[in-house]
Amino acid sequence: MDADIKKRLLSPSKATKQERRGKTVTFITAAFIIVLTFAIIVFIANLGLRTFYKDNVNIWEFLTGTAWNPGEVDSHGHPIAGAAPMIVTSILVTLLSAVIATPFALAIGVYMTEYASKRQRQILRPMIELFTGIPSVVYGFLGLTILVPLMRNTFGGTGFGILPAILVLFFMILPTITSMTVDALKAVPVSFRQAALALGATKWQSIYKIVFRAALPGIFTAIIFGMSRAFGEALAVQMVIGNSILMPENLVSPTSTLTSQLTSQIGNTIMGSVQNDALWSLALILLLMSLFFNVLVRFITKKGKMNGR
Amino acid sequence: MDVKKVDHLAKRIIQVMVGIVAVLLVLIIGYILVTGLPQESIDFLFKPSQAVKAGGGIRDQLWNSIYLLILALLISIPLSLGAGIYLAEYAPDNKLTHFIQTLIEILSSLPSIVVGLFGYLVLVIRFNMGFSILSGALTLTVFNLPLLTSNIENALRSVSDEQREGGLALGLSRWQTIKGILLPRTVPEIITGVVLSSGRIFGEAAALIYTSGQSAPALNYLNWNPLSPESPLNVMRPAETLAVHIWKLNTEGLTIDADIVSAAASAVLILVVLLFNILAHYLGNKLERKLTGGK
Repeated sequence: MDADIKKRLLSPSKATKQERRGKTVTFITAAFIIVLTFAIIVFIANLGLRTFYKDNVNIWEFLTGTAWNPGEVDSHGHPIAGAAPMIVTSILVTLLSAVIATPFALAIGVYMTEYASKRQRQILRPMIELFTGIPSVVYGFLGLTILVPLMRNTFGGTGFGILPAILVLFFMILPTITSMTVDALKAVPVSFRQAALALGATKWQSIYKIVFRAALPGIFTAIIFGMSRAFGEALAVQMVIGNSILMPENLVSPTSTLTSQLTSQIGNTIMGSVQNDALWSLALILLLMSLFFNVLVRFITKKGKMNGR
Repeated sequence: MDVKKVDHLAKRIIQVMVGIVAVLLVLIIGYILVTGLPQESIDFLFKPSQAVKAGGGIRDQLWNSIYLLILALLISIPLSLGAGIYLAEYAPDNKLTHFIQTLIEILSSLPSIVVGLFGYLVLVIRFNMGFSILSGALTLTVFNLPLLTSNIENALRSVSDEQREGGLALGLSRWQTIKGILLPRTVPEIITGVVLSSGRIFGEAAALIYTSGQSAPALNYLNWNPLSPESPLNVMRPAETLAVHIWKLNTEGLTIDADIVSAAASAVLILVVLLFNILAHYLGNKLERKLTGGK
């Protein structure tokens, strides 16, 4: 009898057991995220690096070469895998779409936080949310049926190229940059604006000299998020860019980005072949760029915090 | 120039830019609905698609999208709920926790094509699942997990500490506090997050092209045996979704009426996204009111 009571008193209660179980299970799910992220990096890096150590492609030639035909070998016996056209195009469409989208995103952000009436805000907000949610294939379809024929009629040629890709990406990254800019502007304390106005600044002066400055790290972060989305966008770009692996000559010559090449070719190559390895190297570049954008955001956020103090 | 004039000019320019964007956005939505909706009919939604001939519908693609969404949510909600609870409630403020949070940011910003290729490599090829609904649903989980986890973590963190202390003061364990007090309090936010991410999943194509595949074998909706290849419930069959269908129609160009079908399918996609957005707001507000007893 005593032993029974002792056991009951000393053994953990039902609540304690639940607590332990809950903590363990939730920890395992969190740990799963670690495993998952590393699995993605390891698997893609493993295949992506094969091009360099197994297929004897020189990394420098891979990054700067302009001829892409990994099935064939050049005079030195190395596969012809020059990814420069795709890397250059990817960077170009990303930068140019961000350059066009940023002023508009800033204007909408400022308008929503500083000028708009409550009613206008109630219309603009859901509209931006809706546009964040429009699937990329829909943008691609619109680009293909409206923009490409428009380009063909205006500039001649096929109509495919960097320009329609930039315009499609403009619509895709605009809501991303806008909503993050709005958050950054909203986070600036009202007292900053009041102080500027009290000193006799006009509304625009208070926005331009005070609010923008204070929100700058947040705005930069928003732009980088937009660029990261543009760099990684696959289908919408693939549908309007033309998909020929040539250095872009002008804004309406058919070319190819990293993502468009991956989308259209990975299913056409055999696992383990040189062609396939080369495509995985492109995927690895995408992955590394995504990590780079992440580091950049971290750096800016840290900098912003230090300046704030 | 006079500062007053600059002030005025700046305001005008901003108004014009906002106006341009607003008009463009309305035009886009208008174009899709105007070209797409007249093609819409009950028939279009409920007849199978055609590979080459004109007059195909989107029955199987629509079902595949819905089925994939349900499966992806069934897998990703419990996982992200666990991870979110751990990060918000149990995780000590140490390097490991910050590390996990960093990884979540990295995961959520990965291009969806990279996630799709990972799914292709690991699920389709290594685990030999082939192009199947299951591969697609698991890949969508990778895509959805980081977003939902941070949504749940943030929702839990926004609950005031008094509520936690209240629970603990009543002699509840932390687990009981989470289950009985914190989670019910955050249900509106979690539901809003889930519904919004559903919209993203529904329209996702890049992650699915090489995981759930690009073909939609004809389904027999009377066959409920999940092991039969023509059963809509079978998870091992290849399944082209609505978004993938639009992409394929426009890149392969075999179907004669590709434009009409894609316009109609795009209109369906947009309406679903719109529906999810409205639902998220409505449910969020309604549950909030119900749970907090406010007006």
